[in-house]
Amino acid sequence: MADPKKIAGGVVNFGVIAAFTGFAAFPFAWMVITMFKQTKDLLDPAHNPFVYNAPPTLEHLRVLFQDTLFLHWVGNTLFVGVLVVLITLVLAVPAGYSLARLTGPAGEKLGIGIFLTYLVPPTILFIPLSRLVALLGLQDRLWALVLVYPSFTVPFCTWLLMGFFKVIPKDVEEAAMIDGHSRLGAFVRVILPMSVAGLLTTIIFSFTLVMQEFVYGLTFITSSKNLTLSVGVPTFLVRGDVYFWGSLMGACFLSSVPIAILYNLFVDRFIAGFTVGAVKG
Amino acid sequence: MATVETRALRKEFTGHTAVDGVDLTINEGEFLVLLGPSGCGKTTLLRMIAGLESQTSGDILIGGRVVNDLPPRARKIAMVFQSYALYPHLSVAKNIAFPLKAQGAPRESIAGEVDRAAKMFGIERLLHRKPRQLSGGERQRVALARAMVRHPDVFLLDEPLSNLDAKLRNLARDELKQFQRRLGTTTLYVTHDQVEAMGLGDRIAVMSGGTVRQLGRPQEVYDEPADTFVAGFLGSPPMNLVPVDGVLVGFRPEQLLAPGAPASEGVGPAVPMRFAVERVENLGAGRLLYGTLPDHAPDQKIIVSLAYTVHSSIEAGRTYDFRMHESNLKFFDPGTGRRVPARPLPARRSA
Repeated sequence: MADPKKIAGGVVNFGVIAAFTGFAAFPFAWMVITMFKQTKDLLDPAHNPFVYNAPPTLEHLRVLFQDTLFLHWVGNTLFVGVLVVLITLVLAVPAGYSLARLTGPAGEKLGIGIFLTYLVPPTILFIPLSRLVALLGLQDRLWALVLVYPSFTVPFCTWLLMGFFKVIPKDVEEAAMIDGHSRLGAFVRVILPMSVAGLLTTIIFSFTLVMQEFVYGLTFITSSKNLTLSVGVPTFLVRGDVYFWGSLMGACFLSSVPIAILYNLFVDRFIAGFTVGAVKG
Repeated sequence: MATVETRALRKEFTGHTAVDGVDLTINEGEFLVLLGPSGCGKTTLLRMIAGLESQTSGDILIGGRVVNDLPPRARKIAMVFQSYALYPHLSVAKNIAFPLKAQGAPRESIAGEVDRAAKMFGIERLLHRKPRQLSGGERQRVALARAMVRHPDVFLLDEPLSNLDAKLRNLARDELKQFQRRLGTTTLYVTHDQVEAMGLGDRIAVMSGGTVRQLGRPQEVYDEPADTFVAGFLGSPPMNLVPVDGVLVGFRPEQLLAPGAPASEGVGPAVPMRFAVERVENLGAGRLLYGTLPDHAPDQKIIVSLAYTVHSSIEAGRTYDFRMHESNLKFFDPGTGRRVPARPLPARRSA
């Protein structure tokens, strides 16, 4: 006979995991159910919302793909996202490394200062930034967003990377310098490969920030073909007080699933103590 | 192979001087140990020679060439860190090959060099593993293999044995010395462990407060300490220092001879010295006696160490007639701590 304590433990374990899984998966399930539901079925309060009372339909997806510029918005978001991620990496990686290593105790204060700038809300910044965008002649162009988004991704990611660089023992980098590399060489050959988790976090984090940003997207872009997902979808699928629930859910589902998959692919990397074994352990 | 020389080398950090004008010459092929308590500046000195720390003033010469402004990679040195500092993302083979690749060694020769180094340290079967899959002793060997693989002019070792457990440490010490002998590479070894220093060094430089207090062969530093710091730092238990008539008299715990213990030869006659035993510690391999010298310094506690071979029965609470070779007594100035010329031991107070 198995130990009853063990069984109880297993049940609790399973219960907790099941609850969290349900919590995490519920929005996706809800989106999938809704995006294929006929509007009449969805809006009838007498119907069970979890099952199809009328046959499922592809009408909402047709509206999304044919009556809106959904694919265009996806393209715009990818364009802005990739560029912002690149700019963020180019600026935040050296900045985070310098703050972690080269400036001593002052670096930490500076790092916190940089992080604080991230806390300034976009609703305050968009007025001065809009003058800047106008000055550069970037109104209604995606480049405006490419310019503006790093203003919040760079500070946050600098701060984030600083933490990752700090846990890498200085010895390892000095060993590389003695073994024949310059500081830059040691950084590229040893520090960067050891910070893969930090770099991936930075990439995914910046990209998700870009995907969900609304205020700047709404302020600086006016024509529908230049919108990003986060502005385009609610602008065109909510007309007055009419919500196109099926299409909205379809748009959300299609854009969030790739990110969710990406997160899951690298979740081990985020968690793994990547420097274990470098020094005495 | 090369000599290493420092001339009036200084390093100041904000608020304090870590290394205060060190002149040191390490001969070709020599194994020199920098010994001192933590914070004495020995690691800073090593890091300046490595080029990881820039000196405030003074010169560093490797192989007769001034390397003051050369980056670490141009100094033809190899270093083993206390933490080993292996590259965790690379296999053992790639760790060892790393310095060769960094120097742009031809690809064909790298594999052979790596195999040779691995064989030398007996780690051939670990080559495909990652550092995190190795034990402490294995990591230490990988670090050594990585250091010697490219035939450096100088080895710099920063407490490489301190992370090993005591059992392994003796073995590793012996191996390390043998490798160094075989390679004949000039070696600078930093440690706070006097046993390591005595066992490994051709010469020992004892450091304290950023300066070298004494430089000499292990036995010399042990037998003829230049000042009270060296006398107190080497030896376990350390040298007894007894104030007698305005001078500090020093002798090693094993130099006070128990009644019945054989006298050493060739060091002159032994004079009697009474020893009041207060406590006896039996350590298995010998005995430690705690007590005082009632005729010379009744208030100063001293420690006497008796070898396993000395069978005299000694009890706490009694006073015995011990003996001491006068040539073993060292005299120090109580103000400066420096050695002063030997003098006859002042006459007994109670005679």
